[in-house]
Amino acid sequence: MKIRSLPMVQPPQWQPMARRIWGLMYRHLALYRRSWPRLLELMYWPILQMCIWGFTARFLATRMGSNPAIMAGGLLLSGVLLWEVTLRSQMGMSISFLEEMWSRNLGHVFVSPLRPFEMVAALIAMSVIRMLTGVLPAILLAWAFYAFNLFSLGPVLVLFFVNLMIFGWAIALGVVSLVLRHGAGAEPLAWGILFGLAPFSAVFYPVSVLPAALQPLALTLPTTHVFEGMRAVLMHGTVRWDHLAAAFVLNLVWIAGAAVLFAWQFHQARVRGALMSIGE
Amino acid sequence: MEAIQVEHLVKRYDSVLAVDDIGFTVPAGGTVGLLGGNGAGKTTTIAMLLGLIVPTSGRITVLGHDMAKDRFAALERMNFSSPYVALPHRLTVRENLRVYGHLYNVAHLDDRIATLARDLDLGQILDRPAGQLSAGQKTRVALAKSLINQPEVLLLDEPTASLDPDTGDMVRTWLEQYRAQSGCTILLASHNMAEVERLCHQVIMLKQGRVVDRGTPDELLARYGRQDLEDVFLDIARDRRQAVAA
Repeated sequence: MKIRSLPMVQPPQWQPMARRIWGLMYRHLALYRRSWPRLLELMYWPILQMCIWGFTARFLATRMGSNPAIMAGGLLLSGVLLWEVTLRSQMGMSISFLEEMWSRNLGHVFVSPLRPFEMVAALIAMSVIRMLTGVLPAILLAWAFYAFNLFSLGPVLVLFFVNLMIFGWAIALGVVSLVLRHGAGAEPLAWGILFGLAPFSAVFYPVSVLPAALQPLALTLPTTHVFEGMRAVLMHGTVRWDHLAAAFVLNLVWIAGAAVLFAWQFHQARVRGALMSIGE
Repeated sequence: MEAIQVEHLVKRYDSVLAVDDIGFTVPAGGTVGLLGGNGAGKTTTIAMLLGLIVPTSGRITVLGHDMAKDRFAALERMNFSSPYVALPHRLTVRENLRVYGHLYNVAHLDDRIATLARDLDLGQILDRPAGQLSAGQKTRVALAKSLINQPEVLLLDEPTASLDPDTGDMVRTWLEQYRAQSGCTILLASHNMAEVERLCHQVIMLKQGRVVDRGTPDELLARYGRQDLEDVFLDIARDRRQAVAA
């Protein structure tokens, strides 16, 4: 056995940070590289949801045979596909964190030089990859099966995507914070929490349909403004910049709040000595 | 030069005092053993040294860095191994080592993995999932992970727990050689008295979160009038006998 001295390299400061983020991403990507069931699982639900609502839209169109029915079908499919962006972004981030917990690897990760914000950056990057892997095939199949082209929303679609992803990350950071606080008991939130917000996000109907008392609550969600904006584009061909601006501002508030909660719960987990035993 | 300095370290969980005002130093290049029964505070102390647990009070300095203010600068130059913290079991050994190579910003990572594979006899298992390895193989992989960044300070929590004598001896031999060639500082928590006697220059005896004795293995043996550290350990654990000399 011989230990050789390796040359020390002094890279610029951003490079070690990028490498640490890539290191954690590599850990997750290596899993997907070999496992087609994992890849399939990413695409399964978005495609299934798209099919159910696609057939529903087709049924409405054939029964009613009118332009409003076709419009309603487009609204349903757009709503489903864009909601999946939020859902997959949130789940992609939360589940990547849970993967570390399930493999009892957090003890090693947290004693490495990986900073907590770098871990969050890696989880966000994984969330984008997982979301695109799941949602893009569903978008393409919607075009192939139902001649519905989500990209017909135009360049504003990118801004919708960005807002929906940021909100997904904010909710995911909240879930991770709760897992840090309550351990494995908070795991189910990773799958279910966003479904509780869907009725208030006005995915398939305008906010005005909600009871008056719930409308202010709905308007605190960035997703509500995105879906209102989506309907404005599809129904009137206009981009509602006011809704987009509201979505961005609300997202800033949500993500800042989630970041503070995460930082606090991470510190508290270190105080309680929970980082080594979390998930057990 | 002290690689590790611990001053008045306290960790309290509500009404439980896990670590009670302990202090010690580990000189650069030295190997110090933390000895004590279950619940003595060994793992909590190591976790505080790694920044995993925030002390209630006290101060920890590693390689000149205050762990309360500048822990990441120290963590880049440290590493840790414990049989109680796993590596992702679906990743292969090579992938696991690559992950940690990136996290520790190891230059020439493939060369480093090849060196560790040769030195720790991992060549045959490099491309096997970590979850399919035997306990001995897992320990060697965990050791490889803990050496991936050629740490200046290595914290080992029961590094040979659950190993057969042959594998345990191989790990201890490797640690001796690594220390001799690299000048690494090692803090070792163990229940294995023979291991502590063989590897450690200094031993710190913990009981109920307090340092109850310390010294070289020979000093402790002489102080308690015993032939081996196991009897010293039992004397302290069971309050059987006081040290025969101050």
